[in-house]
Amino acid sequence: MLNVEEIRKQFKILDRKINGKRLAYLDNASTTQKPHKVIQALTDYYENNNSNIHRGIHTLSEESTTLYESARVTLQKFLNAKLAHEIIFTRNTTEAINLVAYTFGEKNIHEGDEIIVSELEHHANLIPWQELCKRKKATLKVIPIKEDLNLDMEIYEKLLSEKTKLVAVTGMSNVTGTIPNIKKIIELAHKFNSKVLIDGAQLAAHTKIDLQELNCDFFTISGHKMLGPTGSGALYGKEELLNEMPPFLFGGGMVLHVTQQETSYTGLPDKFEAGTPNIAETIAFKSAIEYLEEIGMENIQKHEKELTDYAIELFSKHKEVKIFHPENGGGVVSFTIEGIHPHDIASIFNEYGVAIRSGKHCAHPLIERLKIPSLARMSFYIYNNKEDVEQAEKALKETIKIFK
Amino acid sequence: MDLYSEIILDYYKNPRNKGPLKDANAYSEEYNPSCGDKISIQLKIEDNKITKANFDGIGCAISQATTSMLTEEIIGKTIEEIKAMDTPDIINMLGIEISPGRIKCALLGLSTIKKAIILHKHA
Ligand SMILES: Cc1ncc(COP(=O)(O)O)c(C=O)c1O
Repeated sequence: MLNVEEIRKQFKILDRKINGKRLAYLDNASTTQKPHKVIQALTDYYENNNSNIHRGIHTLSEESTTLYESARVTLQKFLNAKLAHEIIFTRNTTEAINLVAYTFGEKNIHEGDEIIVSELEHHANLIPWQELCKRKKATLKVIPIKEDLNLDMEIYEKLLSEKTKLVAVTGMSNVTGTIPNIKKIIELAHKFNSKVLIDGAQLAAHTKIDLQELNCDFFTISGHKMLGPTGSGALYGKEELLNEMPPFLFGGGMVLHVTQQETSYTGLPDKFEAGTPNIAETIAFKSAIEYLEEIGMENIQKHEKELTDYAIELFSKHKEVKIFHPENGGGVVSFTIEGIHPHDIASIFNEYGVAIRSGKHCAHPLIERLKIPSLARMSFYIYNNKEDVEQAEKALKETIKIFK
Repeated sequence: MDLYSEIILDYYKNPRNKGPLKDANAYSEEYNPSCGDKISIQLKIEDNKITKANFDGIGCAISQATTSMLTEEIIGKTIEEIKAMDTPDIINMLGIEISPGRIKCALLGLSTIKKAIILHKHA
């Protein structure tokens, strides 16, 4: 069990009043709030250690380097990756996926090859592959969803073939909360010698990840969706794959020998971290992970499940409401209200202090598939409580009343 | 709750000038990709003046109601007068404050009307 009241004390922003009402922050799938610990880590770093890494031999540079590299080890252990240098720091999931598309993709995808994505994908895990397929004259195949909002695994099996070079699938949908059976997706793809990338932007924030057990080839995370600062994120890749991939960005911090005409590159992880990275944010991200570990990912998942079930129970009492959520989905509850546009829903919810997202959620093909113009979405995290859900239901009642 | 004033809700629920305009001579369509709102405009322009205006569309109350109100507001106005219309005119017409997040919704109708006028000139 989470001690939510104790947790809430770590998030000063939750004391804010919005339009005179208590804040019910239910837009966690976009980005989460940051606990005091994480904000303090940023300040501590800038006030005590700030310096560039991997460069100087002065004390501050050494301290910064040690802190930055210790964040890598923390993340490695958190995700149970085999090696610390299999963790490449990026700004976010979008950058991590583009890194794979421009390095692994450029090298290994050829004319006639196939890449498989799913209908659930966020644009971050769709457009880089569309563009790669265009550049390479490869084909993009799509695993459809079924009426129950889960992926159609029978069709997935049929899409797989010797031509499949990469399967890129989300670990959890930011729209429906669907959690695909990635273990099975990975196993099947490997039978065809295809590599697998899991977009973990949502999944890693809510579930214990064991990369060695999962055995995926790439995994991406966004620190800002799991209590970390914006600008913190990572790509995991298997060592042998990362070693074979060419660098992504070129510049300082990733070279062995440079002459006027030729350069040779360092090994992992520096090869993929050209330029001065988000040092402070990455170090503070470490604090976020430690905090999540303290609370326990299993506890977090249980807590979110309770809130999700409660929200569905309260919202489905209203006959005008349609909920888009599969059985056993994650802590994301998307809905529509008959005759009311989601932008209007979000505006009125905001009047009642309830922060929700409305729109197409960077997943246009999925919204199209659901045959609606857009969706309103509530998403939960560790500091949300039943009062937040009840406040949302109150806003829902008012919304329906206003448009009666 | 100011944003959803009586008047906006009224125009949303009972839109004026919605549907096809038989003798229109200027048309345009706009689409807001972030929310999926769509507006189409049909105008009758005679002697440099708007004599009739209809719209069609799907979207939020703000975009639909504002557009419907505009189809009444612009009747009798010259093309130059409409081209000179801008955000303050819309806010005046609605009589409410609009947050930055929703201003796009309120301006979609006007930009579609302006586009119809430009397309008409080039026809
Ligand atoms: C499933 C999923 N993938 C990718 C992303 C992109 O994350 P970021 O904006 O941090 O790169 C998001 C963010 O909304 C997401 O929910």
